[in-house]
Amino acid sequence: MIDLENVAYSYGGGELLSDISVKLAPGSFHFLTGPSGAGKTTFLKLCYGALLPTAGHVRLFGADVRTLDRDDVAQVRRKVGVVHQDVQFLDHLPVADNIALPLTVSGKAADAHSADLSELMQWVGLSDRAASLPPELSGGERQRAAVARAVIMSPDVVLADEPTGNIDWEMSQRILKLLVELNKMGKTVLIATHDLSLIRSAKAEVQARVLRISNRRIQLAGADL
Amino acid sequence: MRPDLTLLQGLIAGDRQADRIVPPSGFTAQLTLFAAGAMAFLAVFALALSFAAGRLAERWGDELARTSTIRIVAPAGQAAAQTEAALAVLSTTAGVKEARALTDEEQKALLAPWFGADLPLDALPVPRLIEVIEAEDGFDANGLRLRLSAEVPGAFLDDHTRWRAPLVDAASRLRLLGWLSLALIATAVAAMVTLAANAALAANAQVIAVLRLVGATDRYIAQAFIRRFTLRALLGSMVGMILGVFAILLLPSADDANGFLTGPGFQGASWIAPFFIPVLSAGVALLATAFASRRALEALR
Repeated sequence: MIDLENVAYSYGGGELLSDISVKLAPGSFHFLTGPSGAGKTTFLKLCYGALLPTAGHVRLFGADVRTLDRDDVAQVRRKVGVVHQDVQFLDHLPVADNIALPLTVSGKAADAHSADLSELMQWVGLSDRAASLPPELSGGERQRAAVARAVIMSPDVVLADEPTGNIDWEMSQRILKLLVELNKMGKTVLIATHDLSLIRSAKAEVQARVLRISNRRIQLAGADL
Repeated sequence: MRPDLTLLQGLIAGDRQADRIVPPSGFTAQLTLFAAGAMAFLAVFALALSFAAGRLAERWGDELARTSTIRIVAPAGQAAAQTEAALAVLSTTAGVKEARALTDEEQKALLAPWFGADLPLDALPVPRLIEVIEAEDGFDANGLRLRLSAEVPGAFLDDHTRWRAPLVDAASRLRLLGWLSLALIATAVAAMVTLAANAALAANAQVIAVLRLVGATDRYIAQAFIRRFTLRALLGSMVGMILGVFAILLLPSADDANGFLTGPGFQGASWIAPFFIPVLSAGVALLATAFASRRALEALR
């Protein structure tokens, strides 16, 4: 699905990540953890083609990311749902339209999926906010809207960068449950978080692997957390 | 991302959803409309000027080149005889299609604008004029002059070249200036649309980033901008063109009857020309926005 082989990434100065080999198999559930600034977001960006590795190979759905042209990257993004740390929306469109945006841009009639949409919005607890504009939402509501937007296309992979960063425990449990449920449907899930209690509560429900970034490398943390 | 056929189809068919993804922009949209309109208005005049200059050059170069005049300046008693002699010379000159002495009435009519209608022509030593119409190949003016000076001492040939050449030159230059103005106007439209599109793309950087993240192709994103600016340029220049055409229609019409001068307007088939201005303007806007958005999108992965 997503395959990193001896990948390194460096920003101008030094190397941020080096010699990283990770395979996200279909249906797997991964947490990515590590101190802030360790490169979690960079790692995720490598996984959806927003960054090109400075060394090594990243293969997305079997294709080397360097061989993908811009339209190929767009196609990959339709199969990878991404929840950003700083969630951005189209601020002039209502929340419901924003959540349906991946359908719109891929030429699928949003009307045909309106049942899915309202169900999904109910799931993330935003049904009564459907007509609001994104700037009117609270931090937690934005996060939930972002998760909804990331999964509406029923992607093969969901990448989430601190999806529970701004929301209370109960809501983060709900979002986690949603992601676990997606995983049980066969989706690959990768969550970057520094919230260890979130990881612990997930381990009760799903067989999750924990990847830890330290010293520019990725280590597979054991079951002992 | 090339503005190819599918792009054009999408542009014409439109996509209500795609139109909504870019936030509406009130003021800059008005500016683009206005600038496109003003440019189209100017383009109508540049076009009119080009056509008029073209007509002048053609007329002066073509029609007048086919006629010459011979003046017979002779004492009253000899005028008729010399005229006969000159006509005889002309009838045996190769390249002369027709030669004809003007009648008293015609000469009077020619002089009337200068001296008034009731001119006593016979009381004045007015030279007799012979109008010479050339055949397709023309005649040898210098050869004719030599023959005339030998056989008809009072005859002087004027083949109009002396004053015609600079006029034809001026008209051709004017036409060139007209086309140059049109090219400059088209370039200015391209520059204006590029600036406006760049501003719009920069202002909507977040929109573009979000769209890329959720899997929109470059074409989808670009089309939303291209469509917007192309339609604005089309609408603006349509209004400007119509106003320009009305302004041309309202110009006092120069007297075209004598075929000598012409007003800065359109005649006959050239009336179609201004209607291409909005199409051209829209095309320029389409290309400019396509290039601008490609540049902006390639900066983002």
